[in-house]
Parts: sequence; structure tokens; C-alpha cells
Amino acid sequence: MPQATFRIWTGAGDDAVFKDFATDVSEGMVVLDAIHQIQAESAPTLACRWNCKAGKCGSCSAEVNGKPRLMCMTRLDTLDLSVPVTVEPMKSFPHVRDLVTDVSWNFRVKKSIKPFKPRKPDAPDGTWRMQQADVDRVQEFRKCIECFLCQDVCHVLRDHHKHPEFAGPRHFVYTAALEMHPLDTEDRLSHMKNEGGIGYCNITKCCTKVCPEHITITDNAIIPLKERVVDEYYDPLTRLFKVFTGK
Amino acid sequence: MSRVELKLPQLRPLGATQRTDAWWIQPVLTLLGLGAFIVYSTWAALQGTHYWVPGTNYLSPMYSPVLFDSWQIAPASSGHAWFGAWPDWIPKNLWVLSMTPAFLILWAPGGFRFTCYYYRGAYYKAFWADPVSCAVGEPKFRGTHYRGEHKFPLLLQNIHRYFLYLALVFLVFLTYDAIISYRFLGDDGQKHFGVGIGSLVLTINPILLGGYTLGCHSLRHLIGGKKDCITDCSGARQGAYRGVSCLNRRHMLFAWLSLFWVGFTDVYVRLVSMGTWTDIRIL
Repeated sequence: MPQATFRIWTGAGDDAVFKDFATDVSEGMVVLDAIHQIQAESAPTLACRWNCKAGKCGSCSAEVNGKPRLMCMTRLDTLDLSVPVTVEPMKSFPHVRDLVTDVSWNFRVKKSIKPFKPRKPDAPDGTWRMQQADVDRVQEFRKCIECFLCQDVCHVLRDHHKHPEFAGPRHFVYTAALEMHPLDTEDRLSHMKNEGGIGYCNITKCCTKVCPEHITITDNAIIPLKERVVDEYYDPLTRLFKVFTGK
Repeated sequence: MSRVELKLPQLRPLGATQRTDAWWIQPVLTLLGLGAFIVYSTWAALQGTHYWVPGTNYLSPMYSPVLFDSWQIAPASSGHAWFGAWPDWIPKNLWVLSMTPAFLILWAPGGFRFTCYYYRGAYYKAFWADPVSCAVGEPKFRGTHYRGEHKFPLLLQNIHRYFLYLALVFLVFLTYDAIISYRFLGDDGQKHFGVGIGSLVLTINPILLGGYTLGCHSLRHLIGGKKDCITDCSGARQGAYRGVSCLNRRHMLFAWLSLFWVGFTDVYVRLVSMGTWTDIRIL
């Protein structure tokens, strides 16, 4: 059985370093399988977060050969195994140890976004009526598995550490899903512009490229939100139009 | 956002990454492609000559619409100028640069491209290394001082939709230029229908520009994206939204194709006008 070397970020704090581990690989294996095998064979204390092994829980996010990926969805036959495969924790969050980072900041940010607030029910039985075409647009955003790979690759968080002022692509997708919902009545644009710092996004589309659910984050969520912010705060003609039409 | 102190990994220097693929190719190609177009279009705009082909209606898109004929060609006339010869109240030179009809108009399509969402992402990477590529370290001096489009001056990128309005008007002008390029001056001194290679070149130009302009993110928003219930709009508007969304998915492709074709159309008109190339008449 062929062997491959995995260069894994191990340890915690300033003592963390890359360590090489060799293990057997076979057809159909993914990076997470290799990590589990290494845990079983030679590194029983190696910490990594995982759960479903099916690309749906978003737990095993890491950086494989420098690219933010889900370890359970990264097949070894897509990697060059003649050289060591590097596996690192995400870079935009506090490191705990080995491959584990503390992503709890994301949940605190999510709580700060106003929740769904539907209009009054359309029917006496307390139900609503919506057109499928109107729901289709936000359906894409519901695919998010909160793996936070988009947050990891976003340079505003990763390279500029704007966590206190910037919500990040995951929360723009979440906000877009609420803002564009045909039943929602809440206004989150002020929050997006100020606390969410959507203006920090400079549209590099890295978030879209790494999304394992293939959500078109930049084109369908972030830019439409930016345009809504322009409507509300930067476009004098739109504001004038609103004054005259009341819309 | 959450104000809790986060102990984050140290910022990495420019180019630092574990990526093993050729991540630098895309920014380098963007740098070369956009850089070449900027250099060529600046050179072409400075010329003030050979922007139309006598005996035909061929007109370079970099000079269209011609508000005033260039002072360099006086007393000749291109036949395309809206307001005649170069007026005395516009200086002929600005410092060491020659003023030409292109300078009076190029700021509009240039501004449209400069503020375009696609190009912004592309040139932030290629020209400013912000970031140079996904998951690759940035210049350290920017660090936590990063302002993005949140503050001045890049806050001004929000003007994009106004450049869109101008770009739509220019699209009409360039479509008109394409239509009249099928009329040629005959031996009898009258204009007759004909088809030259130049006519085809000038026709492809607004088609590609249309693909780019009509796929604009701002247009997508204005035409229907701003509505939570798109089905509240008229059928025509819903159709337009779907059409713009379709083009929007190919925005990068049309951005590059149209950029290249604008440059090529100017080259074609210029070289035919100079007599270097012969325009072959198909009909």
C-alpha cells in the first residue's frame, strides 16, 4: 500500500509547529480519513474537530495545502502525494491546539443580527402565501453549513483582523437570506453598513471560491446587499425618488 | 460586532502561503491584461488622429461620440463631430499632454470599468495585492489599518450606478456607429449599403459591450434585485431581471472580451485609416 506524508500543524500557542506523519493511503480516502489513521497509529493526542464525514456539518474545516477546505470532502486522489500534504487550522480564528480553532466569535456575531420578523399572516389560519420565484433566490443561502471557510479565507478577517468591525461573508449570506425574504419586514441595512462593515469587503470573491456548498456568496448575497446600502445611504437620486413616491 | 478580545494568529508577510498551486498566475495575467489596455488606450487617446476612416463611417469606439473634431486634423473634418471643429475655449494642451476628443468622453466608460464590481476585485488583487490572491499573505504595512471601501477614498466606488447610466447611453452611440458602418461612400458621391470587415468589427463591439454593460451588478439590482418580491414586478421587468442575471453570471467573460474588442476595434480603424491595413469589402 502506498504511503503519503502529512505535514500537520501541531501544538498550541507559540510552541505550535509543523510535524510530518507518514501513513498508508488507499483508494477513496479523504484527508480526514488520513488524519484519523494518523491519530490511531502515531499521534493519539492530535486534536481535530469532525462530525458527519459527509460535508454537511461544517466541522472539519481546515487548510489543506494552503487552501481552506473541508477535510472530509478533500479526496487524496486530488492531491499530489509525492510531496508532503500540509494540513493547518483555519487562520482567521483563535487557535486552540493542533487543527482546532475557536469559532465561537461567529456565533456571537450572528446573535447581533436582527432575527426573522414576518409580516402579518395572509390567511385567517395564520399562514402566508409566497411565490416560488421569490423564495428561490433566498433558498440558495439556506444551503450554508456554517463551516466558516468563507470567514477563514476573507482577507478582511484573515489579514486585517477586522473582527470588531466586520461581520464577514457568512453573516452577509445570513443577512441576505433574511433581507431578501419575501415575508420579512425587518431592516438590517444600517447594521450591515455600520456594525457589519460591509464596506470593508472589496469583492475579491475568495469566499465564493472556497464555499463547499457552492453558494454564489459575492454576486448573490454581498453585492446585492452593498447595492441596498447604496440605495439607502449613498445614492441621492434614489433617496429623492423615495421622497416623491413614498416607496 | 463582538468586542471580545480575540487572540488571533500573527499576520503573515506578502506572499506567505502553503498553497502549492500557481496562485500567482491569475493576478499576473490581470496585471498584464489591464496594464496593456491602460497603456494602449492612453496612447491612442493622446493621438487625436486616425480615429475615423475616410470614405466609410468607421469610427473608433475610443473617440465615439466625437463632440468636437481634433484640433490636430484641422481644417479637415471627420464628419462625425456633433459640434464641429475644436473650439478655442478648450485648451489644446494640458501640461505636456495633447487634448483630444477622446479625453472629453473616455472618462465615462473608463469610470464605469474602474468602479465595476468585477474589475474592482481583479485590480485590488493584481495592482494593490489586497490580497494578492486568496489565502496568500498581504503587504504587512496595511495590517489593521485597512480601510477597504468602508471609508474615503474607495467609498466613492459606490458611484458605480451613475457610470452605469452613462455606459448605457454610450452603448446606444456605439450601436449607432455599428449600424452606420454599413454605409459607404460610392463613386457617385452618395452613400450606399455595403459590408466591410470593419463593419463586422464595429458590430461585434456593441454586442460584447452590451453583454458586459447589461450584466452589470448595479443594473441587476436596479431592474429588480432591489425588490424582495420580484413577482410583484411586471412580466417584462421580471424577464429583464432574468436576462440581466444570466449575463451577470458571465460578467467576467464579457468584461474581458469587450475590453479586448474595444482595443482591437481602435487598432483596426487606426491601421485602416493610416493605410497600413486594407479594409476588405465583402459586399
